[in-house]
Amino acid sequence: MRHIISILMENEAGALSRVAGLFSARNYNIESLTVAPTDDPSLSRMTIVTRGSEHVIEQITKQLNKLIDVVKLVDLCEAGYIERELMLVKVRAEGNDARTEYKRLADIFRGQIIDVTDRIYTIELTGTGDKLDAFLAALPDTALLEVVRSGSTGIARGERSLKV
Amino acid sequence: MSGAALHRPRSNEFPKEIDNVKLSGGEIIVQFLKDEGVEYVFGYPGGAVLHIYDALYGQEDIRHVLVRHEQAATHAADGYARSTGKPGVVLVTSGPGVTNAVTGIATAHMDSIPLVVLSGQVPRPYIGSDAFQEVDAVGITRPCVKHNFMVRSTEELAEVLKKAFYIATTGRPGPVLVDIPKDVTDPNYKIDYVYPEKVSLRSYNPTVKGHPKQIKKAVDLLLSAKRPMIYTGGGVVLSDGAKELVDLVRKLGYPITSTLMGLGAYPGTDPQFLGMLGMHGTYEANMAMHECDVLFAVGARFDDRVTGNIEHFCPAAKIIHIDIDPASISKNVQVDVPIVGSVPVVLADMLKAIEQSGREPDREALAKWWEQIDQWRAKQCLAYRKSDEVIKPQSVIEALYRVTGGDAFVTSDVGQHQMWAAQYYKFDKPRRWINSGGLGTMGFGLPAAMGVQFAHPGARVACVTGEGSIQMNIQELSTCLQYGLPIKIVNLNNRYLGMVRQWQEFFYEGRYSMSYMESLPDFVRLAESYGHVGMRIERPADVEGALEEAFRLKDRLVFLDFITDQTENVYPMIEAGKGHHEMHLSPERELA
Repeated sequence: MRHIISILMENEAGALSRVAGLFSARNYNIESLTVAPTDDPSLSRMTIVTRGSEHVIEQITKQLNKLIDVVKLVDLCEAGYIERELMLVKVRAEGNDARTEYKRLADIFRGQIIDVTDRIYTIELTGTGDKLDAFLAALPDTALLEVVRSGSTGIARGERSLKV
Repeated sequence: MSGAALHRPRSNEFPKEIDNVKLSGGEIIVQFLKDEGVEYVFGYPGGAVLHIYDALYGQEDIRHVLVRHEQAATHAADGYARSTGKPGVVLVTSGPGVTNAVTGIATAHMDSIPLVVLSGQVPRPYIGSDAFQEVDAVGITRPCVKHNFMVRSTEELAEVLKKAFYIATTGRPGPVLVDIPKDVTDPNYKIDYVYPEKVSLRSYNPTVKGHPKQIKKAVDLLLSAKRPMIYTGGGVVLSDGAKELVDLVRKLGYPITSTLMGLGAYPGTDPQFLGMLGMHGTYEANMAMHECDVLFAVGARFDDRVTGNIEHFCPAAKIIHIDIDPASISKNVQVDVPIVGSVPVVLADMLKAIEQSGREPDREALAKWWEQIDQWRAKQCLAYRKSDEVIKPQSVIEALYRVTGGDAFVTSDVGQHQMWAAQYYKFDKPRRWINSGGLGTMGFGLPAAMGVQFAHPGARVACVTGEGSIQMNIQELSTCLQYGLPIKIVNLNNRYLGMVRQWQEFFYEGRYSMSYMESLPDFVRLAESYGHVGMRIERPADVEGALEEAFRLKDRLVFLDFITDQTENVYPMIEAGKGHHEMHLSPERELA
């Protein structure tokens, strides 16, 4: 099962490597990992997407909680949550047909073209991982020049929140 | 594993009337250690820690022990910690100083031993430049410490040290490394120093008290058992929970076994004690595990050497598990009633709950259960064939037990001798049996014995070892001479790496690949060249006399080189991947 674990941790040197090291040392899987400081500069928030059986996910959360730098964490998948990922895609957009088609496709997926040259579109898109996958599948392989994805980040729905 | 061995610092000895004494980083470290109540620092100097060594010079509150290799410093501090419950303190230099210490840090980590390791680092401006003796100490030690720190400024030094001691000694204890760049200890940069009395970490609050609901559930289950079994581990020792354990177990009248790490928490000579369990555990302990209907696990972590094949582990049992580390619960084996908390606190609450419930264990079922256990006991799984010609290694441990009245501190290395020591020396007190259980570190025994002897100057300390292990830290014989440590080294010399040889005999059709050592030193002359007493014992009739003579030499280290049976194996044995009920007994016992 895919799980999204959201972590508040001390914004200290080496904290990221403790988490990454834990995953490799215990043979846990990391699908994506994002991290940035929060509104409280002493804290960072990390989002890890991982896969594993219920038992493995329980161990992952327990082992993470054991890290001294980890202040609090939550498995977002325990209840309703919103997940978003940012993707930037560079496509070859030459000729009127292609340019119109990619613009329309970006519109359908609620993306934006954020950089334009006479031969290139750079499209920005946010959404769940599935949506981004679908967008990529809709583009012809030959057009795809470069893809960069941020990895998922997420937040719980409603009242539930991860705060110190 | 469990443990809340809170260590109490001495009162602040810093002269209160002098408010504005300014100290350098090196002086802050020494003053802090005094204020923290540290007696011994085990270490080895080098470039990056010279300022600290200069601050240590000429003061007598902190005794620095100069080892001969940094690995030994960590093991000595570890032995000190295991035998006292107080944190062991290590001081090493940067680069090779700290890499040499890593084996000892990992050893302490696996067995949850509180250590504070201070390592020198190159000066801040040089970090990352591949400077002389630079290594990423925080990175290298990260997977084998409870936590580690790099000190960024002289100003934060005292606070970081306080956090290090606090983290190392509370909750599930463990080693903490503090990496200190040389310029942080610059003697020319002096600042105000105040001993930080308190420490607060918003992200670290170990649970000590068990949840009342869980305790009630556990008590109900425990009292409903027909075939109960109690399985205890190192957490009982670490948390100083022996008294509470004995009270509860005697009250219940249930059988009890222990892991290698928990030996001594419950008296080894008590009739309710079934001996050690696991790969080389007793027949009765392993069979009782297999057949029990309620298993009560206390401060133990279901290690693979204990459980055998998980598929066959306690198939009929509901399991209660007390541990201070939530991550140890349901890690390898799913448990039915988890209780997070410190062993003595939870056990005391359970005993109270039992008394208040007015319920009694099912005495009738228990009597039948004991009858069954006594049948298993009658197998006498630890009996071995005696000999008048060749020294049986087991007999040396039995003689050691008799000569020391069962009251010595016994350290060991790793291998067959370690298992025999665990099987045949009946520990009645906690913190007497000092060995590397989790990591299985050869070379642990002698330096650990040094730490024990420093902590208990008048006590009898024996290091049970083999000719393989002892050579991994033999250089410490020199340290022992310098500090006059009267350790008795009991070397079970079978000219083989015995446990390797045993596995090769059983599982590799006797292909003894690299388990035989040629060109062993003459240990008697080796001991003598280090200034100690050496004895070589070759006949069974001389074993006990030699040990008696050795312990009569109260102020001398004695190296007893026992030439033992080369072919002896450790029994009983559960092969890796087999269940508790699939034990091999010794060939003679199988026939019995």
